[in-house]
Amino acid sequence: MRRIKEMVIEKALLSSALITIAVTVGIILVLSIEAIAFFSEVSIIDFFTDTQWTPLFADKHFGILPLLSGTLLTSFIAIAFAVPVGLSISIYISEYAPKSFRRTVKPALELLAAVPTVVYGFFALTVVTPFLQSFIPGLSGFNALSAGLVMGIMIIPFISSLSEDALHAVPHSLREAAYGMGSTKLQNAFKVMVPAASSGIIVSIILAISRAIGETMIVAIAAGQQPRLTLDPTVPVETITAYIVQVSLGDVQHGSLEYRTIFAAGITLFVFTFLLNTISYRIRKRFQEKYE
Amino acid sequence: MNNIRKNRWKDQAFKVWGIACTLLGLVLLVIFIGSVIVDGLQRIDWDFITSLPSRKAERAGIFTALMGSVWVLVLTTIIALPVGIAAAIYLEEYAKKNRLSSLLEVNISNLAGVPSIIYGLLGLEIFVRIMQMGASVLAGSFTLALLILPIVIVSTREAIKAVPKSVRDASFALGASKWQTVSRQLLPASFGGILTGIILALSRAVGETAPLIVIGALTYVPFAPSSPMDEFSVLPIQIFNWISRPQHGFEVNAAAAIIVLLSITFLMNGIAVYFRNKWQKKLK
Amino acid sequence: MSKLKTKESIIDSDIKRKYKLQAEGVKVFYDDFMAIKGIDMSIKANKVTAFIGPSGCGKSTFLRLFNRMNDYVDGFRMEGKITIDGGNIYKKKINVEQLRKQVGMVFQKPNPFPKSIFENVAYGLKIQGIKDKRFLQEKVEESLKQVALWDEVKDGLNKSALALSGGQQQRLCIARTLAVEPSVILMDEPTSALDPLSTAKIEELIYELKKEYTIVIVTHNMQQASRVSDYTAFFYMGELIEYDQTKKIFTNPEKQQTENYITGRFG
Repeated sequence: MRRIKEMVIEKALLSSALITIAVTVGIILVLSIEAIAFFSEVSIIDFFTDTQWTPLFADKHFGILPLLSGTLLTSFIAIAFAVPVGLSISIYISEYAPKSFRRTVKPALELLAAVPTVVYGFFALTVVTPFLQSFIPGLSGFNALSAGLVMGIMIIPFISSLSEDALHAVPHSLREAAYGMGSTKLQNAFKVMVPAASSGIIVSIILAISRAIGETMIVAIAAGQQPRLTLDPTVPVETITAYIVQVSLGDVQHGSLEYRTIFAAGITLFVFTFLLNTISYRIRKRFQEKYE
Repeated sequence: MNNIRKNRWKDQAFKVWGIACTLLGLVLLVIFIGSVIVDGLQRIDWDFITSLPSRKAERAGIFTALMGSVWVLVLTTIIALPVGIAAAIYLEEYAKKNRLSSLLEVNISNLAGVPSIIYGLLGLEIFVRIMQMGASVLAGSFTLALLILPIVIVSTREAIKAVPKSVRDASFALGASKWQTVSRQLLPASFGGILTGIILALSRAVGETAPLIVIGALTYVPFAPSSPMDEFSVLPIQIFNWISRPQHGFEVNAAAAIIVLLSITFLMNGIAVYFRNKWQKKLK
Repeated sequence: MSKLKTKESIIDSDIKRKYKLQAEGVKVFYDDFMAIKGIDMSIKANKVTAFIGPSGCGKSTFLRLFNRMNDYVDGFRMEGKITIDGGNIYKKKINVEQLRKQVGMVFQKPNPFPKSIFENVAYGLKIQGIKDKRFLQEKVEESLKQVALWDEVKDGLNKSALALSGGQQQRLCIARTLAVEPSVILMDEPTSALDPLSTAKIEELIYELKKEYTIVIVTHNMQQASRVSDYTAFFYMGELIEYDQTKKIFTNPEKQQTENYITGRFG
């Protein structure tokens, strides 16, 4: 009796774990089925080479490049801002700051990560953009720069927290060895600690990129809704995610080509983040094995 | 000598830079919260919380959105909690090291990195259309439950893992079965940690906007939902809606609603940290 | 060892019944590594048997075979036969939970559950489905008295077990084991984490307990083995080198290796 009970419980627990696989399969199926339907009407070559994205207009073009460029541009700005700042924070906290500082500042920074993204969007639109406009006169009300910077702020705690964990995990003996040879904290940090913690730091950066590419509300609110193939950060652009939001807000008939565009856009996004996540998982696994 | 002095100077310079970077984030947080409070605090009163939405900014309130958020939060918890905890127990205590368990492991790590809007697309097809729930509270809750599932699993595993191995040994040695050990020793001992993870996951859910927009949650609902099958809006969507309107009055409303949303999120985070500290002390 | 074997084979089954635990041709593997290389051994009832030997000699692994605690180790595999009162405990149909109620275990470090003193002692009974409060209370009191802890804790049974001192915790762990009424108690270096005073108390307790229980103790401490045990087994590199009365082992061992070890020349 008891043994049967134990077995039933184990099977129930296992099926809960298997639900996570069903979710992944579900995502892949849903995205591919709708995307395949989309590509039966739109040539895949056009999708990747056409420089215009106008599925909601009379003159329809289905080139993903403008959305992709918008996504990459905002993400690039965010990463270019967040990586140096985030890494500096992690190095400062783990190598310089007194312990009490670490204990108060780390949770405070993590609070930055807890702020809902729609709130960051508001911040970008009503505070950062007007502020930037005061010394970049040509800056449009919606632009990649402001959205990217605010996304960077959102990402800082990711990078600083994960990198700090990686630095923290470096054996203490290594640090002592470096100091024993007379190196300054700075030399120790950049010549010993950062190389030793490099895989953890790389993982934090990759995850941050993945996060930036998938971020939706900040760009939907502050970057605009005009798909355009440009690298100019001062004009409105549209990201893949913002496009999905834009269509979802409107009244699009299920089964129509417009409806399917969001899945085509979605699968592009999914492939990108999936690759990044897989790479970071691999690095993390290898890193763990090295230290265990 | 010169070289040494240069190195020390660089060292000091980096220290200043490090402090500046650390403060940057915090200062921005303060500026931002300050500006929201300046914009929105005057607008917050009992009427604002209890009024229905309106086309006129000064009469509009957040009642329906707030109720929508509460509904979604409760249902999401009910759906995600048992599944997430059960999956975590399986992976931590039952799974043997084989292909299946490493597949589960990669998969969960990957799910945690899938952008939230993709969950919206999944929910739109599966729950809204195929399962015919429509753009209901229930469909939204299922979508968010899947979204936070990986977070719940990961944090629950961490909490269970933190229980010393000696507790398992002792329990088994006294003739306890696996499930008895899990239910009578491991879960009570890791309760604080599990709770922390769940509250943090829910605080993430309460701020999610994009997936709910994608499944078709409304930006304007005249009434608060009264059943899981009702249409709904949530606080972040209400904020988004107000932000995208041109009139200044709505910007003030948005700021006021943000104060409410941030209070909820920070409160949840505060509670989570409190439980974590209490639990960590107990475990030691 | 060969001598011992021949002795055994001529013992008729009547006398054999005096042996509580028996191992026949036991080999243990962790993946490809052979941790126990074929051991035959018989352990007498109501005696204290000590396992000694240098770290990694397999004595702990061997001990944990008797309540199947190695089952949870990744890559564990066993060959041979282990019997308790003549019954093979590695049979397919054996109920491991039932076995562990019969064979209790005390660990190296005191490992009370993060619960109250009462809950710690009552746990083993509660998981058997016993809910009768009076019975539980009586049993808890009896067990705590057996380990001479009752007087120290009777006013604070609901206090956390983690608040006790290390020595008290270990006695609590022994009480917890006694509460389920085992016939065998396995002790894996039970005093290695304790101070000399607490160690003395535990040793006294072991001496008391052997009247009712068969006790097997792994220890690194030669004096302890000579003080508390009736029989001593010396293990080295996964093999049983010598096994005899403790007096004999410590005064006049057969094997050179044994002598070297107990006189401190290696290990």
